[in-house]
Amino acid sequence: MNVTSLPARRASNRAVERYLLTATGLVGFVVLWYASVKWLPIDAFNRLPDPLSVVVEWTSPDPDYGISIFTADYYTHIFYSTYRALAAFFLAVILGVPLGIMMGWKKSVRSYASSLLGLLRPVPPLAWVPIAILMFPGVELAVIFVTFLVAFFATTMNTLVGVKAIPEDYFRAASCFGASDRDVLWDIVIPGAMPSIFTGLQIAMGAAWFSLAAGEMIAAQYGLGFIIWEAYNLIQYPTIVIGMATLGLVGYVSSSIVRWFGKRLMVWHEQKLGMAG
Amino acid sequence: MTKASTASDRTPSPTLADRPATGKVSVRNVTKVYDPEGAHVVALDGFSMEMEAGDFVAIVGPSGCGKSTLMNILAGFDTLSTGEVYLDDQLLAGPGTKPLPGSDRVVVFQQGALFPWMTVLQNVTYGLMKKGELTREEADAKGLEFLERSGNLAKIASSYPTQLSSGMQRRVEIIRALINDPKILLLDEPFRAMDTVNKNRMHQHLLRIYQATRKTIMFITHDLEEALFLADRVIVMTTRPGTMKLDIAVDLPRPRHHALMASDAYLAMKQQAVLAVREEAKRAFDRGEREMA
Repeated sequence: MNVTSLPARRASNRAVERYLLTATGLVGFVVLWYASVKWLPIDAFNRLPDPLSVVVEWTSPDPDYGISIFTADYYTHIFYSTYRALAAFFLAVILGVPLGIMMGWKKSVRSYASSLLGLLRPVPPLAWVPIAILMFPGVELAVIFVTFLVAFFATTMNTLVGVKAIPEDYFRAASCFGASDRDVLWDIVIPGAMPSIFTGLQIAMGAAWFSLAAGEMIAAQYGLGFIIWEAYNLIQYPTIVIGMATLGLVGYVSSSIVRWFGKRLMVWHEQKLGMAG
Repeated sequence: MTKASTASDRTPSPTLADRPATGKVSVRNVTKVYDPEGAHVVALDGFSMEMEAGDFVAIVGPSGCGKSTLMNILAGFDTLSTGEVYLDDQLLAGPGTKPLPGSDRVVVFQQGALFPWMTVLQNVTYGLMKKGELTREEADAKGLEFLERSGNLAKIASSYPTQLSSGMQRRVEIIRALINDPKILLLDEPFRAMDTVNKNRMHQHLLRIYQATRKTIMFITHDLEEALFLADRVIVMTTRPGTMKLDIAVDLPRPRHHALMASDAYLAMKQQAVLAVREEAKRAFDRGEREMA
């Protein structure tokens, strides 16, 4: 007598449908890729590695160009990139969240910082590379700095927006109950901005990966960005795609982890979204 | 005990509590000008009113009549330009005094201001914890007791506000205010966004609370019928600059039920009030036209 209830079955049907659509998208992309490399009569396209040769190289115990899931080098590169991305990310959180909170909460801080941030923010990470190399002793710090910048701006801006979006009445209510400035910070400002802070952290995590790749292409001896650029120079085309795909994977995983933490931290917010849906 | 509280949940308690010793409000000739150097918007212009301790006063007026400004000054969210406000003969606000909110004048807000990241119990006990006289356990016990007394709400103590209906949220917000034993309860159009059925329920709920506690209540609304049904006095304000135009004494017996709204006494009172307000509105309109011309 173990009959699945109708809503549950409908929900599982919907899940299956979703997976099917996702799979269709992925398969479609791979087919299109294969077709354009193999069958399109365009020289530039024919030079590109097709998906099959990438997978063969990626999973080969004895890869033609030295990088596959069976080689230690592959993991060394992943390790370096992850280390830099995480260092930059945590630096961005430690500096960006407090700055964003103060900017959102106190007008005076906002006046100090907003025009400066507004001017620096549009400068692309790549444009920072020369200055970063001049500024820091060693390439490592320079790459981390460049990676940090975009993540920092994303964190600061989203935190700022989150604080400013807290309804004025919450502050007023807190003051009715005799909350001090410090109470307001811990009881209202930080929890109120938390959803937006976590949105910022997710963006920051993604941003860290894309500026990292740029920095590594120019100024590093290890890392996923580095192998992409080096493989290009050495005409090891499948390895370029391996580097790109690996960046995509680690970027996705790290963003998911941030999202997961956010959900755990904000039960109230999940419930709010649940009610809305 | 349980039986009595369930019964009182349905019908207002028959006897009105005695007038409390505190909660007397005196607003004397208050003027509020926003942006005096620039736009010079006069929100309140020489507004005066007296409220005895235990009065239920409704303030009615169109948006922009300065009723929210008045409430913000009383609550300590805003300054006034000239005049004074006294609470129990102590100066609360005067020209140049720093606005100071306090748990003796708690506001229930139009949009609702329960903190969504705190549970119902955490919200209700927030003021107690900030006062620092009770331990966490004592505050929780008191919070649960208040929730339970207000219609067996202890069961929702660990829910988050967004899981509750808007009516339930308002009830919790009123409990959060009452638990601090304020001298005056400031209600800023708290039932504005509700449908008629819920609004009626909340009216009964509020009247029950008033019967039982006899807190001084200032109830801001733009709905004249609601004001007449709830309050002992209805003060009608006109549009900017906000001044008192009518002060209607509502001589309807308490406890009140919605059946009252169909009674001759209520209808007569409503007719009188509506006419007076319309007369006032017409005068204001004519004045406006003259200004335009």
